[in-house]
Amino acid sequence: MTGDPRDGRIVVVGASLAGLRAAETLRDAGFTGALTVVGDEPHPPYDRPPLSKQVLLGDVPADSTGLPVRRDPDAEWRLGVAATGLDPLARRVLLADGESLPYDRLLIATGTRARPWPDPRQAALDGVFTLRTREDAAGLAARLAAGPRRVLVIGAGFTGSEIASACRKRGLEVTVAERGPAPLVGALGGTLSRLAALMHREHGVDLRCGVTVTALLGDGAGRFAGADLSDGTRVEADVCVVALGAVRNVEWLAESGLAAGPRGIACDAGCRAFTRYGIVTDDVFVAGDVSRFPHPLFGYQMLSLEHWGNAVAQAEVAAHNMVSPGPLRRPHLSLPVFWSTQFGRNIKSVGVPTYSDHVVIAQGSLEAGRLAVVYGYRGRVTAAVTVDMAKSVDHYRHLIETAAPFPPPPGAADRALAADVPVPSDVPDPGELSHEPVVALTGHLPDRRLMVVQPPG
Amino acid sequence: MRIVVDLTRCQGYAQCVFLAPEVFQLHGEEGLLYTPAVPGDRLERVRQAAAACPVQAILVGEEVAAGDG
Amino acid sequence: MDPGTLLARITDYASRPDPYPLYAELRAAGPVVRQEDGTFLVGGYHQIAALLHDPRMSADERSRTAPAPYEGTRDASFLRLDDPEHHRLRTLAMRPFGPPHSPHRVDAMRGEIARITEELLADLPADRPVDIVDDFAYPLPVIVICRLLGVPREDEPRFRAWSDALVATADIRPGEDTTEVERAGDRAGAELREYLLDLAERRRGRPADDMLSAFVNEPDPSLRLSPQELAVTAALLLIAGHETTVNLITNGVLTLLRGPEHLQRLRREPGLLPLAVEELLRYEPPVHLRERVPLVDIEVAGTTIPAGTSVMLALASGNRDPLRFPEPDRFVPDRPDNEHLGFGSGIHLCYGAPLARIEAQTALGALLPRLEGAEPAEDPPYRQNAMLRGPRHLRVRM
Repeated sequence: MTGDPRDGRIVVVGASLAGLRAAETLRDAGFTGALTVVGDEPHPPYDRPPLSKQVLLGDVPADSTGLPVRRDPDAEWRLGVAATGLDPLARRVLLADGESLPYDRLLIATGTRARPWPDPRQAALDGVFTLRTREDAAGLAARLAAGPRRVLVIGAGFTGSEIASACRKRGLEVTVAERGPAPLVGALGGTLSRLAALMHREHGVDLRCGVTVTALLGDGAGRFAGADLSDGTRVEADVCVVALGAVRNVEWLAESGLAAGPRGIACDAGCRAFTRYGIVTDDVFVAGDVSRFPHPLFGYQMLSLEHWGNAVAQAEVAAHNMVSPGPLRRPHLSLPVFWSTQFGRNIKSVGVPTYSDHVVIAQGSLEAGRLAVVYGYRGRVTAAVTVDMAKSVDHYRHLIETAAPFPPPPGAADRALAADVPVPSDVPDPGELSHEPVVALTGHLPDRRLMVVQPPG
Repeated sequence: MRIVVDLTRCQGYAQCVFLAPEVFQLHGEEGLLYTPAVPGDRLERVRQAAAACPVQAILVGEEVAAGDG
Repeated sequence: MDPGTLLARITDYASRPDPYPLYAELRAAGPVVRQEDGTFLVGGYHQIAALLHDPRMSADERSRTAPAPYEGTRDASFLRLDDPEHHRLRTLAMRPFGPPHSPHRVDAMRGEIARITEELLADLPADRPVDIVDDFAYPLPVIVICRLLGVPREDEPRFRAWSDALVATADIRPGEDTTEVERAGDRAGAELREYLLDLAERRRGRPADDMLSAFVNEPDPSLRLSPQELAVTAALLLIAGHETTVNLITNGVLTLLRGPEHLQRLRREPGLLPLAVEELLRYEPPVHLRERVPLVDIEVAGTTIPAGTSVMLALASGNRDPLRFPEPDRFVPDRPDNEHLGFGSGIHLCYGAPLARIEAQTALGALLPRLEGAEPAEDPPYRQNAMLRGPRHLRVRM
């Protein structure tokens, strides 16, 4: 690349929140060249969080969540066509319709898709849904409006819990099957997962924890009729929502030489993609759910976040860096933040709750259902989660940003009785979260040294 | 017109609900849900709500016009 | 001059017309400055915002050890209580006023607010300069809050006297003996509470469409304010409802008279009015200072503030902090990214903010055409109060 970084050709692959905000920021930052945004869905960028809330409640139609623009990104939109490959040497993105788009700089923001039910024949039963796209939400909302006798939700993470909440609000019977000991345990750890379980049960959810679904059952005519659970019980239901998390959209990069795998595409703090060899590129950038990036506050651990706020913040940094010379580039340092609204409660998280060994309830109480839980790792505050206490989040954000000692300084007027008594956070060990492929090196000459990647079994 | 609320910023002050209750609703004490597609006759109130948001989390704007170019 | 005298100089009546240079001095010396009397004064936006969100900062006077709080008979309203009690009382007080229980209450008052505004404008005197305060900006919010609470408007002279006495206790006058002021406040508070309880009692079983009726007729005992809580809460809403919005409207008129280009612009683009009111809340906020007390020793910007010390947060200074707002001393009617502190922030953010916004937008919008070519008859005299700062009169030739 020569000349002014604010000129040339930029291709953004991914036309959701991160792709849109990046495109706007490129123009804000003075990019005057040609800008193309590629999206596999046929729709202009739309917002997904309402799909599991307002849309399932029947309050708003699924096709009404189009994202407003901050400014006209003045882009060519190639919607409804997926990217199928990347040639980093020729600097071209290959599209499903056979075309290839040349670029000077590329932003990858292909995000995730819903993890499908592993058995394709069972997954194809009428009445089995996942929830990620506008079409998923429209189909599921229509089924809920038709008044099924029971809905089975597989997985009690945030999406599964929000779906269960919407069903109960609509007066529908719901069974939730969760492999872990309680809802949200993988994200928030033991203490809050107990409150989450209580919220489910208080609102009439038939919550089954410590079980897996072993088979989805049809009625003989191709319609979903129920499921067998690992504890030997059977649940009869008309609708099934598979909420088992997300799969990162990286398959199209398999031949690209980028460090793309099941946990996303690795990039540096400036959003520049790494190759498989760990060499940073200078013309390929990554943002949003599909990225993995190091964060200094969390031991430089590579974070992969499926957070709305991270998509926006990282897209802004990536776009800025794409049109800025090296010394003016910025690191992506914003703290992870997310929220969930379920069962009439508002959960907000700041920091990385899974990067913790202990927690304390700093304010409020589990009994009141209104509290602030602070997470610590090796004596430093690393995260906080509030339930109906969002106005405290900024305070804990400050503690995390300043690496404040854990347990946090006492003194809150509404401090909990146990505010000085940390308990184990009971989250998955950060060291055990990895599902890395096995890597081996071959060859001897410096320019023949190669790496062989074996996908995880 | 469309709106999107940056709910990572939202702290549940509910100023938007006071000013445009047909568009913004609280579920529980501080969980905000809203109607993303703003009816024309509510636009003025939505603009008031966006101006009043203490954390400036409400974006009002047009969708991407998705024709090529 | 000695930054340790800043609070005394800010609260000095002579500073009332233009305290902003003192705030600039505070930010330059601070952002946290210890005063001669041991009080701490905070003037930086980011420090103020952080302290308003800090659960270790008490809003309760009784948390203060130096100077010791006045041992009076006044029960604290949620304005000066901490969670969880603050949350309980504010949530109950919110039930008949706002979401989630009554989301349409304030929105439904728009028509009535517009009508009251038009009536006041129609009655403006033609034979003398208009006093924006007495003829317009004071009566409007008073009539609205009376209507909302269910207080007879005719009683205004009575509760104005009580209110004056109570607001005086909320002022700060470093170094002065305020015992008499506090005693007068106690008497006024007791009379006002008795008056409001009596009004509420008369609605028991005979509810009208007002908040006193809703409070006294709440069927669920767990959601009901005790008589004492009801009286204290209603007194807070009545006083706050008409001691602050008057300043917002009057400051708005004064700002537009001093900047005719803004007046012209708002007349051309009335859609800017909501943003302009937010800018007004930044540029000339009705509440300049709030007190907080740390429950434990805390460190702010390198300064340790001992537990129990009075900390004055200069909201109006934070609003002019160049580290947060570009060109802070300019009034920019369509200023973007305007997270001002005009209504405070955090759990104590002004309860009546939506009402004040609608009143100010309505009042200023209706006044715009009449302000064309108008001019102040004089530099306005200010009210004594340094915390709730605003003109006592604003005589304008229209």
